[in-house]
Amino acid sequence: MIDKYNNSTGEGGPVSSVVFRLDPRSGVPTYLQLVQQVENAIRLGYLQRGDQLPRIKDVVVSLSINPNTVLKAYRDLEQKGLVGAHPGLGTFVEAAPETVGLPELTTLRRSLVTGWLREAAAAGLDEDGIAALFTSALLDFSNRSEERRPTRRPRRVVLDETGGAA
Amino acid sequence: MNVVESFGLGVSYRGTWALRDCTLAVPEGHIVALVGSNGAGKTTLLHCVVGLTTQTAGEITVLGGIEAGSPDALDRVAFVAQEAPLYRQITVRAMLTVAANLNQNFDRNLAETRLANLDIPLERRVGRLSGGQQAQLALALALARHPELLVLDEPLARLDPLARHEVMAVVMSTVAEEGLSVIFSSHVVSELERVADYLILMSHGRVQMVGAIDDLLARHVVLSGPTNEAESVADQLIVVQSQHAGRQTQFVARLDAPMEFPNGWLAESISLDELVLAYLRAPSASAMPGPLAVATNRAGR
Repeated sequence: MIDKYNNSTGEGGPVSSVVFRLDPRSGVPTYLQLVQQVENAIRLGYLQRGDQLPRIKDVVVSLSINPNTVLKAYRDLEQKGLVGAHPGLGTFVEAAPETVGLPELTTLRRSLVTGWLREAAAAGLDEDGIAALFTSALLDFSNRSEERRPTRRPRRVVLDETGGAA
Repeated sequence: MNVVESFGLGVSYRGTWALRDCTLAVPEGHIVALVGSNGAGKTTLLHCVVGLTTQTAGEITVLGGIEAGSPDALDRVAFVAQEAPLYRQITVRAMLTVAANLNQNFDRNLAETRLANLDIPLERRVGRLSGGQQAQLALALALARHPELLVLDEPLARLDPLARHEVMAVVMSTVAEEGLSVIFSSHVVSELERVADYLILMSHGRVQMVGAIDDLLARHVVLSGPTNEAESVADQLIVVQSQHAGRQTQFVARLDAPMEFPNGWLAESISLDELVLAYLRAPSASAMPGPLAVATNRAGR
């Protein structure tokens, strides 16, 4: 059934290399799930510079979700500088996500272990308790940074005229 | 433009108010879920929107100020009733002919293409189609009129999960292509989140909460903390629902401004299911950010 929709709107465009799925029980908003899946696909190399994201209509049909949700996810990715929208053509991957350097990772890790984790353990939390607390705080944190996002300046990737839309 | 705007709308049947004091402003471009318990007035409200019921009190307009039910409105609004309104004795093809003759601007090619895509045979009698296929046929007939506003009363009730998915997929892809606005009523709260971006929650004939779902979720939290501090914390909040379990208390609360919670209190974001259920359980709680704007607009005219 779904193949038919794709054929009827396909117009021979390139097949996208990301397949979305939704976990209704994750508690993560739908659009954020899409964003994370694209980010992961870029990180893992399934999506590379110049690849096209699935057309909004195709995502809408395959997941039966609100088109605005997909639009919001793609705008979010655009703001992060990961993809670029080319009206009439589609949305294309423009850059790999900025990876955090090893020295920063080491510092972050150290401050987590010697600081917060030690404090949590001293307060009497076991591993499961720490994980539960961290997960809920992280969810809260990402929700809050969501609200703040419009004020933050989006990181822009300059698109070279030849490479982007090709 | 507001696709639906109502002011003090009320409908009474033999002295009982099925809908009361309903003031709404639904902006265009949304997929609106209309939620409420049985008998809350959902169908009555939808019937007012499409002009099948005349109000007892107040006023209602659609698509930027057109009187609901007027010929102009009927041309631009499509409605699929709860029991898909089809002639069951005739073939699908004949049903298309009937619809083409009854409606102006009926795009028969579009309807036939849609039905072919769904493998619905034109020669079969409508009554012999499966429930999902009948729902699809009713939807195809409604969409063939290229409506600007599509109104669906319980489109998913009585459908199996696959048929639900396929019906919603058709609605969503039409929204993506044509940008129409959709209002649908539903009991299936768990499926709203993927589909709807705007919520109208009704109870006992009144509108209890209206707004963009993102907004509503951002304004509410689930708070939990020690019961002995519950009262003082509750004083600073608008509590929708509270549950006490011994030493722990949990609130579903509405925040009209960001606030700091005292130590020991955990604030977590709320899911749409939780939010809807909390309000359904507390019919007297009301969160009405929207209608105030309408009221001031009216005053200014």
